Amino acid sequence: MSAAPTVYGLILAGGASTRMRHDKAALRYGGESQLDRACRLVKPHVAEVFVSVRADQVNDPLRASHPLIVDAFAGGGPIVGIRSALASSPASAWLVLACDLPLLTDAVLEHLLRARDPAALATAYCSAYDGLPEPLCAIWEPAAGEALARWQSEGRSCPRKFLRIHHAKLVDPVDAHALDNINTPEEYATARSTLETPSAPESMQIKIQYYALMREQAGRSDEMLETAAATPAELYRELGERHRFTLPRERLKVAVNGEFSDWSRGLRSGDVVVFIPPVAGG
Amino acid sequence: MKLFSFTTTPIDTVGARRELFDGAAGGYVSFEGWVRNHNEGLAVQGLEYEAFVELAIKEGERIVADAMRRFPIKAASCVHRLGALGVGDLAVWVGVSAEHRGEAFDACRHIIDEVKHRVPIWKKEHYLNGDSGWVNCERCASAPHHPHAHEHSGAHGVSD
Repeated sequence: MSAAPTVYGLILAGGASTRMRHDKAALRYGGESQLDRACRLVKPHVAEVFVSVRADQVNDPLRASHPLIVDAFAGGGPIVGIRSALASSPASAWLVLACDLPLLTDAVLEHLLRARDPAALATAYCSAYDGLPEPLCAIWEPAAGEALARWQSEGRSCPRKFLRIHHAKLVDPVDAHALDNINTPEEYATARSTLETPSAPESMQIKIQYYALMREQAGRSDEMLETAAATPAELYRELGERHRFTLPRERLKVAVNGEFSDWSRGLRSGDVVVFIPPVAGG
Repeated sequence: MKLFSFTTTPIDTVGARRELFDGAAGGYVSFEGWVRNHNEGLAVQGLEYEAFVELAIKEGERIVADAMRRFPIKAASCVHRLGALGVGDLAVWVGVSAEHRGEAFDACRHIIDEVKHRVPIWKKEHYLNGDSGWVNCERCASAPHHPHAHEHSGAHGVSD
């Protein structure tokens, strides 16, 4: 098997920002522009980061400080940015990100890259709201270039619809809000307060049920916990310290709401978590 | 017939076997796991089974349903006991009916192996020396381990 194509980063910054009435790439969070923020976040995960722009944006100072990929096809919109990147380096894959995802985290990118299937045209998250593919936080593989060209030549331009009917690997979201995009001044204000309020992670009510050794070590069959733990892994770390659990996490499985779960799944308020120590039926 | 179930009273093997009857079946294989009087060098007095019932039933049903797809058999079922058991008690029962014996033996073996590995059931052994411990969780807790690869080649208290 040959190695998977190298991944480059592409931040889409060619949008018109109509509803915001202000250039989204220039919105500032904690003293940093969204564009700089997105580039910084992606950089450690890819070989190099480029910013996708329209031809009339190449001299914009905010954009010009980054390596640029200029739209090489007509039509506009994200599809042209993605096609232009794929055409500029036809053997590479592209981690494509919209420029209006201020709540995106390192963990979300890492999870996507780990879930990547280079044999698909793209690897993308499903939306936490409607389950549809999120084309603008996705890894686009080299083979997508030709398929996107065909798609556009048929008069279509929506990359989400493209991913729905082509071979794409879809990944469940790990964090329900990480891909919330910012379209209006009100949404910008909310995102800013989330990001700029120091250490105010949303706390949730999680129920934990204990069995066997875990029940004995916790000294109870269940408990309700007000916690900021974002994942079962973080929850186990928090409770392990409190109850002095002896088993390392690697030896356990975990269930959320009555079904086996990934340790990195995003927890929501009201979830019921069970840590499953090594089993011994039979 | 239930594919996988728990009981807190002695397993009715006669009734469970009757459920597997099929006019086209030429044979029936069952496995009974019994509480053994020793484990890893310690004399065992009795034990307790506990399960995360909601998920255990789902996972147990998946195992038996998968075996029915994988092997050309007529019917299969597994019943697991919960609560306190003494030496010699029946802890788990697996039954399979099939046209031919080979598939019945294979499917039965497959089901018990998967149940032991995957279903969230735990066993606390009480030893004659007064000690007790959760099997697979305590005495080997410090040993480096692959997660959930807990077969100790016949070292468990029952059904090996």
